[in-house]
Amino acid sequence: MSTMPAAVAVNTFREAVRDRVLYNLIFFALMMIGAAILVGQISIGVERLVIVNLGLSAISIFGIIMAIFIGVGLVYKEMEKRTLYSLLAKPIRRWEFLVGKFAGLLLTLVVNTALMTLGLAAALFYVSRSFERSDVGILTAVYFILLELALITALALFFSCFSSPMLSTLYTLGIYVAGVFAPDIKGVSEYSQSPALASLARFVYYLLPNFHNFNVIAAAAHGETIPFALVWHNTLYAALYVIVILLAASAVFSGRNLK
Amino acid sequence: MSTHTLKITSQVRAVALALVAIPILFVAIAAVQARIDALSGSVTQQKEELLLRSGPMLEKLSLGYGPLLADIYWTRAVQYFGNHMERRSHSFELLAPLLDIATTLDPKLVIAYRFGAVFLAERPPGGAGRPDFAVDLVKKGIASNRDVWQLNYDLGLLYYMRLKDYRKASEAFLDGSKNPAAPAELMKIMAARVAENGESLETSRLVWAELYNSTKDESVRQRALFHVQALDAQMALKKLNDNSEEYWKKFGRFPTSIQELRDAGLVQGDLKDPAGYPYVMGPNGVPQLDPHSPVPVELNQQKP
Amino acid sequence: MKNLAIEIKGLTKDYPVGFLRKRMRRSLDYLTLSVEEGETFGFLGPNGAGKTTTMKLLMGLIFPTAGTARIRGRSIADVRMHREIGYMPEQPYFYDYLTARELLDYFARFFSYSATERRERVTRFLELVGLTAAGDVQLRKFSKGMLQRVGIAQAILHDPQVVFLDEPMSGLDPLGRREVRDIILSLKRQGRTIFFSTHILSDAEVLCDRVGVLVGGKLQGVGAPEELVSMDVLGIEILFEVHTGGAPPRSLAERATQTGNRYRVEVPEADLYAALEELRVSEARIISVTPLRPSLEDYFFRLVGRQKAALEPTEARIA
Repeated sequence: MSTMPAAVAVNTFREAVRDRVLYNLIFFALMMIGAAILVGQISIGVERLVIVNLGLSAISIFGIIMAIFIGVGLVYKEMEKRTLYSLLAKPIRRWEFLVGKFAGLLLTLVVNTALMTLGLAAALFYVSRSFERSDVGILTAVYFILLELALITALALFFSCFSSPMLSTLYTLGIYVAGVFAPDIKGVSEYSQSPALASLARFVYYLLPNFHNFNVIAAAAHGETIPFALVWHNTLYAALYVIVILLAASAVFSGRNLK
Repeated sequence: MSTHTLKITSQVRAVALALVAIPILFVAIAAVQARIDALSGSVTQQKEELLLRSGPMLEKLSLGYGPLLADIYWTRAVQYFGNHMERRSHSFELLAPLLDIATTLDPKLVIAYRFGAVFLAERPPGGAGRPDFAVDLVKKGIASNRDVWQLNYDLGLLYYMRLKDYRKASEAFLDGSKNPAAPAELMKIMAARVAENGESLETSRLVWAELYNSTKDESVRQRALFHVQALDAQMALKKLNDNSEEYWKKFGRFPTSIQELRDAGLVQGDLKDPAGYPYVMGPNGVPQLDPHSPVPVELNQQKP
Repeated sequence: MKNLAIEIKGLTKDYPVGFLRKRMRRSLDYLTLSVEEGETFGFLGPNGAGKTTTMKLLMGLIFPTAGTARIRGRSIADVRMHREIGYMPEQPYFYDYLTARELLDYFARFFSYSATERRERVTRFLELVGLTAAGDVQLRKFSKGMLQRVGIAQAILHDPQVVFLDEPMSGLDPLGRREVRDIILSLKRQGRTIFFSTHILSDAEVLCDRVGVLVGGKLQGVGAPEELVSMDVLGIEILFEVHTGGAPPRSLAERATQTGNRYRVEVPEADLYAALEELRVSEARIISVTPLRPSLEDYFFRLVGRQKAALEPTEARIA
């Protein structure tokens, strides 16, 4: 039973690889980092800072685009193209299928991110001819980006179960943007004059996925180390939230009539 | 008629699991989030701001949603200030940049200028202790909001109170008084008094009192009241000191209590400070505040 | 008492239709039907009768409004049931970026085979459906007929006891259809239960132990093809040839149709021997003598015709 999601995951990964989408984005990201090298020439003394900032931001942005772009079609495409007909006739449970699709896209993103990180490392080495101990912070930042991508993938997958790709993209992006401004929502809950609004803001703050948690790009750029406790807690946060979303997706998809 | 559908088995199981597990998981998520908030503090936020200090740059990036972003930065400035106040931190490093960014993105954000006028200038731990930043900010505000007399007022207050530049203070009050919406009389009077006498307790009290009356920002109001009370106390103490001198002239020694002054017929009534505590007589006939009184007289300490 | 491979009880499916999706269209109306182990059952009916809906319900792709079904004793809601069944959808769609071999390998992974077993199976079944040569070609390049074959292969490669085929012959040329028919026959010989839907009535007649006719969501008739069709002989068809220069017997000539030297005539059973005698006398050469019986097709059209008069899809207003 436990191999069902794995089989689906591998196949999902294979599909992403054979769709040339993947190659284009890697190419593009590498180009971006190449550009970073040029920028580094212009401002003396902050080359590292600029490259790390630019590189990590590019990794994050492209990862998000890919997660959403592919994610919103994960289930939708299989329903539209009816490839699900023969698949669901096999002894696989619907939730196993969902978990497999999620894992497959996540695997794709991990591979993609890893390659881009190598590109970043190369650019960094090119500029400063050495790595510093504090560069571990960059790896932590990349790990946090992956946590963020896992959440976005789960969201996109969830919407993919019942909504068209265009609407799913809107919903996912909407939640992402709201999640980025989480601290400001928290601010409303702390400094608002109206207790009703403050309570509502507090509720919304804990309900929405807090994407601001994962943004340690600036810290990494300045060579700060992220405390392990934070890494652990953020991992826990992402894992719990992903489980919530997958449970919801399963609830929706398990009763869905295929066309 | 039984409609035992198979949908019940597969979907309801999944839905039931979701309905039970999801709320529990959300409680856990909230707990983890609270822990994360505690751990990360302001590390990430501070460094984040560092990168985006350029207001004009940010304005370009905001793709036309400047005013919206301005509101967000204004909110952050307030939070930042509140945060640091709570923690009794004596550093308000980012307050000026935050307010600067907010007002660059939305030059008509008057509330931000007024907030900065007070809290950038206020000495720590009550504020950033940078009246020069405050002046810059308010001047910037006046440039984009010529019809807001309150900004001229704030500028006048800043020059008078903090920078002790009575000429510029007078000019600012005068400029403001030209605005038809302004309390012209009052401001002209202030302009005149400041020009003539420089600083005085009465003028100071007048200036703070006017701010108290005109501002809509609750935190600014509180601050103004604070100052008014302190000045009232100072004026009362000054008067009591004069009464002490009279006593000395009459009786050849300093009074040892307020009651003695009352008995001598030099003062009448209860003589309480703005917080309700009675004034007491200190050594050498120098009147003081009751040691328990919360009124801070040192705020605008000046040589009598 | 043989076990029941498929037991369907009161299976019903309503679809919401209309602008606000308030009206219900009943596409399957209380279908009740059983198929024994080892039986080959043909599911017949015009387009839109609900045959595919029935299959999708059994596969768990859609959920019934009412009713239940069991396959080999397991409810259709039980995922373990799927280990014992194979399904070939109508107009199969597969992952077009995979090759045939990769697709079969992928599907084989849902059953517990070792890597070697899997490889062997995939090769064997590719050969069975005649796709060995095209095994490493991406499915997006396959013709409809080739996709149909892949469809059958993936349906049976795990040796399921019960096989469901939705229009397995469609899109195939006569050679392909012959091959599919042979596959079905071989499955039949292995004792598997086969449930397939088709338009091609002659295939049903030949292959099926029993057939069921679905019209407008309702099951109209179930039984062995011979039972359904009356045994009455409608007449006898005689094909004969007249040697050049000759002429057919006058009594038959007026009723006969002629193609070159050949003639075809239908005579009532009672008149058979009289007609044969006339032909013998005129020295005609008898090519064939065939009793005419109603075909499944006649039965079918009679049913459909009757239904069509009484029917448009049943719509019930649901408030």
